[in-house]
Amino acid sequence: MTFQANVSDAMSDATSNAATGPASAKEPEMMLAVEHVSLSFGGVKAITDISFDIHKGEIRAIIGPNGAGKTSMLNVINGFYHPQEGTIYWQGKVRRRMKPHEAAKSGIARTFQNVALFKGMSTLDNVMTGRGLKMKSNFFWQCIHKGPALCEENEHRAKVEEIIDFLEIQHIRNKPVGKLPYGLQKRVELARALAMEPDLLLLDEPMAGMNLEEKEDMSRFIIETNQRYGTTIALIEHDMGVVMDLSDRVVVLDYGKKIGDGPPAEVQANQEVIDAYLGVSH
Amino acid sequence: MFYRETGQFKTNYSDDRAIFPIAQDRYGIMILLAIAFFVIPFTVDDYWGNAIFLPLLIYALIAMGLNVLVGYCGQISLGTAAFMAVGSYASFKLMTSFPGLDFSIVVLMSGLITAVVGSLFGLPSLRIKGFYLAVATLAAQFFIIWLVNKVEWFYNYSATGQINAPERTALMFPVTGPNAPILYKYFFCLIIVVLAALVTKNIVRGRIGRQWMAIRDMDIAAELIGVRPLTTKLSAFAVSSFLIGMGGALYFGVWLGAAEPTEAFGIDQSFLILFMIIVGGLGTILGSFLGAAFLWLFPIAFKNFMVDGLGLSTAMSEHLQIILMGGLIIFFLIVEPHGLARLWQITKEKLRIWPFPH
Ligand SMILES: Nc1ncnc2c1ncn2[C@@H]1O[C@H](COP(=O)(O)OP(=O)(O)OP(=O)(O)O)[C@@H](O)[C@H]1O
Ligand SMILES: [Mg+2]
Repeated sequence: MTFQANVSDAMSDATSNAATGPASAKEPEMMLAVEHVSLSFGGVKAITDISFDIHKGEIRAIIGPNGAGKTSMLNVINGFYHPQEGTIYWQGKVRRRMKPHEAAKSGIARTFQNVALFKGMSTLDNVMTGRGLKMKSNFFWQCIHKGPALCEENEHRAKVEEIIDFLEIQHIRNKPVGKLPYGLQKRVELARALAMEPDLLLLDEPMAGMNLEEKEDMSRFIIETNQRYGTTIALIEHDMGVVMDLSDRVVVLDYGKKIGDGPPAEVQANQEVIDAYLGVSH
Repeated sequence: MFYRETGQFKTNYSDDRAIFPIAQDRYGIMILLAIAFFVIPFTVDDYWGNAIFLPLLIYALIAMGLNVLVGYCGQISLGTAAFMAVGSYASFKLMTSFPGLDFSIVVLMSGLITAVVGSLFGLPSLRIKGFYLAVATLAAQFFIIWLVNKVEWFYNYSATGQINAPERTALMFPVTGPNAPILYKYFFCLIIVVLAALVTKNIVRGRIGRQWMAIRDMDIAAELIGVRPLTTKLSAFAVSSFLIGMGGALYFGVWLGAAEPTEAFGIDQSFLILFMIIVGGLGTILGSFLGAAFLWLFPIAFKNFMVDGLGLSTAMSEHLQIILMGGLIIFFLIVEPHGLARLWQITKEKLRIWPFPH
């Protein structure tokens, strides 16, 4: 864990971040809030009574040791798991129980801890699939691949090319994604999520298993996504340096419970958080 | 040396999305089509028509249908022959109930009816996957064949339990029945198969095709980017069954002329078609054609060679052929799961950089 090592330089970054970041600029608008959410699998309690919120336009980090319930939290947010208790507010309104594809339609996109690309398809097709919700031409036009279907295809292709340029993956455009190196696969996954033009982007350890250079690239893409498209981002990450650099606010989970919430510097100074990371027994 | 894309620049996305982006491929397919439309019809005799070209076209159509489901959408099915039977019986009932109906309409409607039946049998795919789904489709296979055997209405209460195709025309040309000229039969099948291939290719290269493949490759991720599993899987079942149903109508109406359910639509037919797409290539249109050609032509060529060439007994040659076929299928499953279509593509890639591979 790089927690201690990065403390000093991350600290200075975090303070400057907090001073100029969008979160502190004006009264924050709520994107998503979870209240008293609990989720268990049989006897295993993955999440216990957790509440936190995500402001519009911020980068919100979710951290915690292995098995803390971070991924489960994202799965709750995008409708893959249904919590036994608790309420989810989306854009100010209570959200009813939702299927994943409905959550996607409402503007939530996501990448996975273990890359979940469409292995048999090219990079381009993977990203184009992300445009599916925005494509409307009917079955008849699809059959003849002319008129509205072709127009639409080209329109979305242009948008997809823009994302491909943005993430610098032009050279692998036509390669099947199954054979790409891991770092690039993660990038294609981000591209696919961005193609949805989401309001809220959930990133589950986007930098896991990457080398320093790849991490820097990925950090840059995340910040640029946030600034250029105004996308709100929820980020799970183990590398503390990255978390301190990128995030506006951090929520810390441990054994399914929330043990810290606030600006990076504050969270980092929290004794309970430090204990959790150092593995102090409960 | 001559197979190159160098110098062929795409200036817009439409060109880049063409079915054959490389000019040489375009010429190749045009030559093939020219032969199919202008050479074969005028040289074809009854033997070549009935033994080679008709089954080739019809099996290619059916294989394409199964490929949509298995190769593109990843939903395994062992009920192909049953859906062929649905198409066949639908066409039989339509032909006998509405004698004036043009046969091309009969084929289309048989496809539609099969699409409805296929979607119904596709419903379990929303809950079960892989091996379990295969077993469910196997149930469809036995149930449908049992049904058309059992309910006399399906074969118009004939004493033999067989169905026979009456003489019908497509745009005034007789295409079914014992007296229809092979030339018309061939043209009729060719036009339907070429159109079906074009439409299927269009579907798989657009939004719907990408969503099928997304479900195939990673259904959870697909759902999380907004692909609806229900509509996507059922649309694959519907399109697949539509093609298989049209194929069934041609299989019975144009090619066989008469059919008896357990023989013409047995489980071995389902497997034959599954082998066609495995050998030809899962998830490619071209593979459906290559696989159909290979599995239909290879046994004929093999038998000719063994019996007429080497003087072996027919039984002996048949046994050898089964062994060889089995071996080939295992080979393709293990060594090249993407089938002949992939081998062809690799050859082209080699050609592209030949003679300087580095
Ligand atoms: N589908 C499931 N069925 C049963 N238990 C589950 C399931 N998903 C998660 N869990 C359990 O819930 C707990 C939290 O898991 P989760 O994957 O959310 O942790 P995480 O914080 O993402 O950890 P990591 O850093 O290792 O990714 C773990 O104890 C895990 O075993
Ligand atoms: Mg996790």
